[in-house]
Amino acid sequence: MNFLLIGVNHKTAPVEVRERFAVSEQQLPEAVKHLAAYPGVEEGLIVSTCNRVELLARTTNGTTDLRGFISQHFHIDPKEIEPHLYEKREQEAIKHVFRVASSLDSMVVGEPQILGQVKEAYAIGRAVGAVTSQLDALMTRAFAVAKKVRTETAIATSAVSVASIAVELAKKIFGSLKGKHVYMVGAGKMIELSARHLIAHGAGRIFVSNRTSDKAIALARKFNGEAIPFEQLYETVDRADIVISSTGAPHFIFRREHGEMFLARRKNRPMFFIDIAVPRDVDPKVNDLDGMFVYDIDDLQAVVSSHVTDRQREATKAETIVEQEVERFIARLQTLDVVPTIVSLQEHLETIRQAEIDRVRGRLGSLSPEQELAVEAMSRGIINKIMHTPITTLKTAAREQEATTVVELVKRLFNLRDDKERAKSTGAGDPGAQG
Amino acid sequence: MAQACGPTTMPLLWLRVAVVFYAAGLLYALALMSRRAEQFSRIILPCVGLGMVFHFVSLAEAAVLEHLTLASIHYSESLLAFMLMFFFMVIRILYQTSSPGIFVFPFVFLLTFASATGQQPPLFLGSPLLKSGWIFTHIAMIFTGYAALFLSFGASLLYLAEERSLKSKHPNGILSRLPSLQTIDDIGYKSLILGFPFMTFGLIAGSVVAQAKFGPMYFLDPKVLLSLLMWVVYMMLLYTRWNSGWRGRRAAYMATFAFVAAMGAWAANYFSGVHRFLAQ
Repeated sequence: MNFLLIGVNHKTAPVEVRERFAVSEQQLPEAVKHLAAYPGVEEGLIVSTCNRVELLARTTNGTTDLRGFISQHFHIDPKEIEPHLYEKREQEAIKHVFRVASSLDSMVVGEPQILGQVKEAYAIGRAVGAVTSQLDALMTRAFAVAKKVRTETAIATSAVSVASIAVELAKKIFGSLKGKHVYMVGAGKMIELSARHLIAHGAGRIFVSNRTSDKAIALARKFNGEAIPFEQLYETVDRADIVISSTGAPHFIFRREHGEMFLARRKNRPMFFIDIAVPRDVDPKVNDLDGMFVYDIDDLQAVVSSHVTDRQREATKAETIVEQEVERFIARLQTLDVVPTIVSLQEHLETIRQAEIDRVRGRLGSLSPEQELAVEAMSRGIINKIMHTPITTLKTAAREQEATTVVELVKRLFNLRDDKERAKSTGAGDPGAQG
Repeated sequence: MAQACGPTTMPLLWLRVAVVFYAAGLLYALALMSRRAEQFSRIILPCVGLGMVFHFVSLAEAAVLEHLTLASIHYSESLLAFMLMFFFMVIRILYQTSSPGIFVFPFVFLLTFASATGQQPPLFLGSPLLKSGWIFTHIAMIFTGYAALFLSFGASLLYLAEERSLKSKHPNGILSRLPSLQTIDDIGYKSLILGFPFMTFGLIAGSVVAQAKFGPMYFLDPKVLLSLLMWVVYMMLLYTRWNSGWRGRRAAYMATFAFVAAMGAWAANYFSGVHRFLAQ
């Protein structure tokens, strides 16, 4: 196998360190080529996103150190970044690749972008010829694992932040946010963030009202919205479908009777109050009115944390899937290790059989078709019986991690040519041929 | 139609096949509750679709073989079920949601099951009225109206359930797989609007037939009275929605009332003079 992975991510390195590594999209093909050409590296791949830079390689003998490559390519002294680096080999490397592709190693676990980024890295690796055999098999498997994690767990379904929960709830009420107007009462940072989320999901007109009208005007300008004097709040707020409120008021701004008034003016069309103020701006009694939905900061937090616990449970499930898949992948790779030997053994014995039949054929004189068949069958039977034990032994050995010894032994016993020579002469079709 | 004569057996057979497929629909609500809702839907929905194909064959064959004996109860139950499935499919295409299946599937199953196994004799066969265009118009339109009303009723219940769940601050479980409130509201309202003209013209057509046959006293029949009541509730439902945007709880109460009246009008077949007399 000889897989080696080295890199930094958001958990091990602050952004100042990560940015020194970052490889831009344009530079990536060149960097990957460079990696694949590094002494001792057979195949290479680089995943570079804002949260991680990882170098993945299949080395010739498993002793290669990619720190040399880092100092050569990135002009960084490896000692400087040593505390941030992680290095994983063989099984650990495979597992890491599977986890990254499945978004288990992401900052926001389950976020979908990472898979696309890894796929891109893989495509570049292939395009420049740096990903050819075992690395190809590893990456293909990683994508399958990611898909499996996605379909068999609910890890990708739940959002996380308060703002994104607010968007999700608004969508649950209004369907699409297209054409839904948003009213901001207050002009703080939190309100701006939530509004930004809603606008990103297609919200329509924006209104801002604040006790200090300067702030309202500034915020309205930022969102291309309309600033409304605070005195006109009650007359205008029902124009909006979604109201985000976060003022410093010591008492409720919106009470039940306001809610009734808005509903009457809106012909009972639903309204969604996002109350992120502490103390609260919206009387919880408003929520009792038909068509009024009020979520305060605690309600939103509760939804967030229920999503988080869901996520943790799903993540555990996902980890189990990854573990199983790592084992299966390794088992498959090891079987692939012995396949070339089995094939050359079969070919070797078949050549002997053919030669012996040709030799003895002249002496036997004319044979009836039945006799011909009998000779064929007998000779085949003999070599199959002879081959049976070595092949079974090879396959078992592959699973028990003593493949190399047994392969060597079989080769010597039967005087087989080296795998690599064979691979070259037959054109190296399958990924295991060079193993 | 449990007649002994040959031609009816084929439609009945197809209908029974359809019932078997529709039975899969009964699992739909359960499937929605499970974590693998999508995978289950992928099996259940094609099953129900296949049921619809057999159902159509059954209806078409019966229509051809028996020259539109539409008014026999069994046939009409089957037809109503088919209309419902048809609306379900239209909604599925327009709104990309199959959640009305929660209430449509069990009802369709009940209707077709009753239709496929019931032992009642056909109500009227060979009546000359049967051949008249009015009665055909009456039945087809009333059924479209019934189906629309039922959908609207179901949608208002779904709306209510989802509204409650959102207000409870714990929106999860089966409700997280429902479409948005607005979509449900839209489905319910559009069904209501669509159904109303059908229901109205259907009732008018029925009155024309009854008036011709029984004279002005026909409206004292319980079925006629119940139908009228249903129509009035239906109109109020539309009016309150249109005028003051009644949704949620109030709309659900109204819709339930309209639906119960409709069921009453439907059940009145069993003791209605007007519908019975036709059979004699």
